[in-house]
This record gives sequence, C-alpha cells and structure tokens, in this order.
Amino acid sequence: MTVADVLLTAIGAVVVGSALLVVTTRHIVHAGLWLVVTLTGVAALYLVLTAELVAWVQILLYLGAVVVLLLFAVMLTRAPIGARDDLDRPRWPGVLVGLGTAGSLAALLANAYRWDKIELPAAGTAERIGEHLFRSWVLPFELVGLLLLAALIGAIALSRSGDE
Amino acid sequence: MPIWLDLVVRVLIVIVAAFVLPLIIGQTEHKVMAHMQGRLGPMYAGAYHGWAQLVADGAKFVQKEDITPRAADKPVFKLAPVISMLPYMIVLLVIPIGPGNGWVAQRLDIGLFFALAVLGLGVIAVLMASWASANKFALLGGLRAAAQLLGYELPFVLAAASVAMAAGTLSLSGIVEAWRPWWLLWQLPAMLVFFIAGLAEIRRPPFDMPVADSELVFGYLVEYTGLRFAFFMLAEYVGIVVIAALTTVLFLGGWKGPFGLDAELGWLWTIIKVVAVAFVVLWLRVAYPRLRVDQLQRLCWLVLVPVALAQLILTAAVKLAL
Amino acid sequence: MHPVFPFVVAALLFGVGAYGVLVRRNAVLLLMSAELMLNAVNIVLITADVTIQRTLKPALPATGQIFALFVIVVAAAEIGVGLAIILRLYRLRRAVAVDEIPLADPLPAGAVLADDGLDERS
Repeated sequence: MTVADVLLTAIGAVVVGSALLVVTTRHIVHAGLWLVVTLTGVAALYLVLTAELVAWVQILLYLGAVVVLLLFAVMLTRAPIGARDDLDRPRWPGVLVGLGTAGSLAALLANAYRWDKIELPAAGTAERIGEHLFRSWVLPFELVGLLLLAALIGAIALSRSGDE
Repeated sequence: MPIWLDLVVRVLIVIVAAFVLPLIIGQTEHKVMAHMQGRLGPMYAGAYHGWAQLVADGAKFVQKEDITPRAADKPVFKLAPVISMLPYMIVLLVIPIGPGNGWVAQRLDIGLFFALAVLGLGVIAVLMASWASANKFALLGGLRAAAQLLGYELPFVLAAASVAMAAGTLSLSGIVEAWRPWWLLWQLPAMLVFFIAGLAEIRRPPFDMPVADSELVFGYLVEYTGLRFAFFMLAEYVGIVVIAALTTVLFLGGWKGPFGLDAELGWLWTIIKVVAVAFVVLWLRVAYPRLRVDQLQRLCWLVLVPVALAQLILTAAVKLAL
Repeated sequence: MHPVFPFVVAALLFGVGAYGVLVRRNAVLLLMSAELMLNAVNIVLITADVTIQRTLKPALPATGQIFALFVIVVAAAEIGVGLAIILRLYRLRRAVAVDEIPLADPLPAGAVLADDGLDERS
C-alpha cells in the first residue's frame, strides 16, 4: 500500500458511500446534494490519478453546471421538504441488477490487473492535453462543439411554451 | 522551514485574509456610501470615525438568537452559510500578489481554470439556502440566483479565456508576467465584461435581484439570523475581494507598477489596484439602481456574450498578427 | 499504485448507478443515477490512461483523459436536453414520475399549459 493507494481507497469509499445515498435517500434535494459529494470525490480521484485538467473540468462542468441544473429542475418541479415514500419502485430487481453489474465488472477489472503495481506518471499539465486535443483529436473536438450547439437549440425548442 | 509548516502558514494567512479583508471592505462601504449620499455614516463605535463599527456589528450578530424555521430542512439550512464562504476562500489560495513563489499561497499551473471552476460553486450554497428555508421568497430568490449565475458564468469565462489566450498560459502568475501596458487597451472590452459579469456572479448591486430587499425581502437570506446571516455577508465581501483581485491579476497587470522595483514593491501595487477596483464595486452600488430580471438576462445574452466573443476574435487576430 | 483500487471503485459506482436507474421513479433522480454511471466510466478511462501508458506505450498518449473530457461535455449536453424534456413533462402533466406517464393518451385540446410562471426562465 502506497500513499496513492490509501488515498484512492479512502476517496473511493466516500464516492461509493455518497453515491449509495444518492440512490437511496428519500429526500429529493438531498439526493442532489449527495451527488455534489460524489462528484467532488470523483474529481479528487482524478487528481490522485494525475489527471489534473480533467479534475478541474469535472468541477467546472459537473458541479458548476450539471448539478446546479439538476437542483434547479428539482426545485421547479416542486420538491417538498421532508421524506417521501413514493420515490422508489420495488427494490429487488434493482438490487439484483446493481449487484450483478458491480460484481461482474469488479471481477473482470480486478482479474485484468490482479495485484499489479504501476508507477504514477508526473502530474499531467494542461499544455500536454491541449496539444493532443488540438493535434490528434481536432475532428472529434469540433464534432462535440456541433453536438453542443444542437443540444442548445433542442433545449430551447423544448422549453418554449407551445403557443407561438 | 519544513514543507508542512510552510503549507500551514500559507493556509493560515489565507484564512486570516478571508476574515479580515471583508471587514475592511465592509467598513469602507459604510463610509464611502455615506459620503456619496451626503451622510457621515458610522461615527461612534471605536471613537475615531466609527472604525470599529463592523466589530460592533459582529458582536451584535453573535448575541442574536439563532433561529431555524420549523418547516426548514435543518441540516441543509445550517450548512449553507459555511458552504457559501468556501469557494471564495479556496480561490484566494491561488491569487498571486507579488512575483515569485513567496507571494502566492499555492502556485498552480492552471490557476485561472481552477479559480473559475471553484467560483462556479458559489451557486450551490445559494440553492441550498433558498430551498432549505421553506419560504416562498427564499425559493424565488434562489431561482433568480441560479438563472443569473448560470447565465453570467458564460461571459465571465469567455472574457477570462481571452486574456489567457493573449498570455498563452493559464497560470495566474504567468498571465501577469506576460502582461504589457498596452493590453489595457487591447483587452479593455474583456476587462469590462469580466468585471460586470463578476459583479453579477457575487450578486452585488446593481445585480442583486436574488436578494432584492425591496421586492423579495432579502430573497434566499430571508430566514437567516445572527451568525449564519453574518456568514453570508462575509461571503459577499470576500467575493468583492476575489473579483477585484482577479480583475487586477488578469487585466490590470497585477504587481507591475510604472517605476520598476516590481520585485520589492509588487505586493503594494497589487493591493493598491485591488482596493481601487473594490472602490469601483462600492461606487456602482450607490450609482446605479437594480436591474429588472428580464433586463438582467438581456444584458447578459445580448451585450456581454457578443462582446466577449468579439474580443476573443480580436485577441486571436492580434495574436496571429504579432 | 495498484490500479485495482480505482477500477473496483468504478465498478461499484456503476452498479450503484444501475440500481438507481432501475429503482427511482422521479425523472430527475433518474438522470442523477445516469450521471453516476457516466462518472464510473470516466474513472475507468482515467485509470486506464495511467496504466496503459505505463505498460503498452500507445501511439497516442493521454487518450483516456481526452475521452473523459468528451464524456463530460456530452453529459452536459445530455443534461440540458434531458431537463428541458422533464420540465416540459412537468408543465403538461404536473408530475415527473416516469412510470405514471401514459404513453398512448393524447392531451385534451386546451389542457396544454398550466403555467406557474416559474418555468419561463428555465
């Protein structure tokens, strides 16, 4: 166990724990707030794994925009304060599928690497990522821009009131 | 000095700054506003021109009863004021006030990106406060705040991207080092957009629709009393410091002064510039009435975003021509 | 670093997300669970970036990180459109429970908008 291992285990426990709370809490808004904890934890995992730029993009986009939009939507759809019991369907199919996927994926990935040890590279800089992004990945990058534009127009078209 | 002690000292300095600077700004606001309106402002606390007014206010806030509404979501309600402070304190960590490693709490390779990412988190505290208060005014304030902050994030980031493009780096210290006086002209539109969007991000007048005391009776702050209310106020004033400091570092050349001696007196230049920008923030509160909600969105999408985009094109053109 | 730790975390996170998608009834909560699954995939991508770079020396370094960036951006687009659909649904039906949506039931004419004034700025 190295320092990175200890950090990864601790942060991983926080991530999985808060994710469990996201899918089991009976307060709708609390689910959104636990999601904040999960996503922050995932950003911390990226930091440990030396993906600094991705970690800050995660904070900027996921926490700054996605979660805020989700909370905004929860409030617009009149989330009440207090616990509600009608948030879940019967649980056991979900438990079965969830445990099944988690177990098989964990077994697959763990079997791939067993107890191999890998040295972490030096922390990645924005410069290096940017170079690859704009050299080898320019076309996908432009396509993502196009996709965002389409999503923008779609969202506006959907949320206009239908009379006009 | 061992590395951990160095770290502790740096973090402690930032925490102290995050609690002392807002008091100075708040006191200045009292006096500046008063004199602009032909009043004297606080004169009694601390004997000399009321310098201890905010200390007295603090003592008052501590004594007040800490009320949590019965219908409120208690843990979220109680957590929100603390969360509202955090992003600004974290941003203070990466702002350089002088050249070299000694004048910044934590040098980051992508400091600008970090600052923008963390600043965007302020809205979560607002949404927590507004929803957990179980109050219609609070909820309306929170919805206004969310719409406003999400909207203004865009010109804010675009304007900052322009200066990062001009400097060719995302490091805050690197941007100051690359800065030249003629950038004042070249990056002027970006500076105005950044400053205005920054005002909206920290919800200062004339962009204070989420709190709007005369229509929403203080919006998302309506149920808060005592220390928790004081924390929100503190967060607002740290926000002024952060926006003023970011404007200084990005657009006004940070520690660079007209007489050389930047290595020795750089910190003084930074502080002078930050205070000047903060003064403008206070001035705007006295000078302009609050915008309506629709005017707010109009300003953002029809003025600030196009100007920021045009500035990006201009920056790219000049950068290519050089 | 043992890559098995982040990989197992990702697998568990994906399982939790899958559970949420199957069990939750509220459409917004469903989207949140989907975000969990996307994040699990991102963790796998980032970890694979580190491990593969060390073992295989691929032609294009940092590919995992760039893929993760693309996933994050696409997730943002997905949330934008998804929430627009949910808010529309809420305005039409006053409910966001996914299993209560009658799929084959045209709206009566004139019953379209029960506007509460809040959704204009969404």
